Amino acid sequence: MLSPIYSIILAVLAAAAAGLVGSFALMKKTVLAGDVMSHVAIPGLGLALIWNINPLIGGAATLLLGAIIIWRLEEKTSLSSEAAIGVIFASSVALGALLINSKEELIDALFGGFGGLSTNEFIFGVAASLFVIIVLWILRNKLIINLFSSDLAASANINTSGLNLWFIILFALTILSGLRFLGALLAGALIIVPAAAARQLTHSLGWFIGMSTLLSVVSVILGFIISNTYGLELGPTVVVVAAGIFVLSLLKKKE
Amino acid sequence: MDKLLSVKNLSVSFEGKPVISGISFDLSVGENLAIIGPNGSGKTVLLKSLIGILPYNGEVSWTPHTKIGYVPQKIDADRHLPLTIENLLHAKAGAIGLKKFSVKNSLEEVGLGHSAAKTPIGHLSGGEFQRALIAFALLGNPKVLLFDEPTASIDVSGEELIYELIHELQDKRGISAIVVSHDLSFVYNYATNVLCVNKTGLCFGPPEKTLNAQVLEKVYGPHKYFHHFHHKDQEEHKNA
Repeated sequence: MLSPIYSIILAVLAAAAAGLVGSFALMKKTVLAGDVMSHVAIPGLGLALIWNINPLIGGAATLLLGAIIIWRLEEKTSLSSEAAIGVIFASSVALGALLINSKEELIDALFGGFGGLSTNEFIFGVAASLFVIIVLWILRNKLIINLFSSDLAASANINTSGLNLWFIILFALTILSGLRFLGALLAGALIIVPAAAARQLTHSLGWFIGMSTLLSVVSVILGFIISNTYGLELGPTVVVVAAGIFVLSLLKKKE
Repeated sequence: MDKLLSVKNLSVSFEGKPVISGISFDLSVGENLAIIGPNGSGKTVLLKSLIGILPYNGEVSWTPHTKIGYVPQKIDADRHLPLTIENLLHAKAGAIGLKKFSVKNSLEEVGLGHSAAKTPIGHLSGGEFQRALIAFALLGNPKVLLFDEPTASIDVSGEELIYELIHELQDKRGISAIVVSHDLSFVYNYATNVLCVNKTGLCFGPPEKTLNAQVLEKVYGPHKYFHHFHHKDQEEHKNA
């Protein structure tokens, strides 16, 4: 077991990755599909508990599988893909709940918590968060052009299909690095909510991305402090703080 | 003249239904090809297959290493995206590995001032937006520019300016152009060759030798072409 300071380091890095990914997801309008994607981790967590392996390994396996399925569905761009995504996620939650037979474990899987963070989990979480941040930095130009127009991106020799796959994988990794303390139901929230608040507050690309990252980190730090002070669950506290920031951001009048 | 592009028997189908078929033409260095045809005749599909965005059958052979700039007709980007032309130009320069470039010069070349650089794309006028797209396409020094109805979202007074800009860029940079256009005066004044498209290629050659009433009737259907090429005059009347 690691001391709480490691939990905070991991949470801050995971939050930074979530804020960055969230800003691009918001602009790509894939926020909702991405959010429910975290639910795909639940059956993986369940299987891992049954087979007595680290839950994160199970979560990672089903998340990556989910990422590839979403990517394939998005490539097809048929009307039914949204419906299919809905079916996959709803059934993931149901299947996961059946697989996890202890109530405590189910609550942990759904809502997270940092109890007993192991060294391996810490290293994996930090590596995943840093990987997400670095790859996003490398891909940022291509992602920006593709946001504007996939035709223009393709005409500039950008492999848009490969780019979309990368983005979904980064999204999955971000969920994974937040899974430990936010849980499968709320891991997506740290991606969406700070980005939505940042969009209210900023008007330029650089400020928007920076603000989304900052608000995500602030939500996690405040969440830590509040949950420690009042003895509350960490994951839900972080998300409520982020939602509070979003509500405050609505007070700012848009130009 | 050196050949830049050769297209032979080009066909594109969506879900088994042919959208265009049997289209053949050539483009040489410095030439200006106009593509005309009614709405839904497959002109945009043709352009997209030329730049390799859409899968096709047949032969599209560009001279090796030809850099292509594409100016689409519509961008379905969200109007509320916090993106400016400056962001997009920097992104493209980064994506294609262009070390030295100046946003100011890029915009000046297409007649945009510095204030446009900082304006979110959703707030640009139709004409400014079109110029921004041209600046984006020009980055990286393409040998050929492909325009999909460059004046579709621009009012009548702005159309001539865009065509003048295209012509000016060609003169200055010596680039070739393929322009989808409804404007016959543009076709006659600037085009080296014209390609008539209505699902299939119906004519190809210099406008003055190729275009006549019969050909236009074949392309647009009986009497339709008159409306097509004169509706702009009527709009001008209305606006006056």
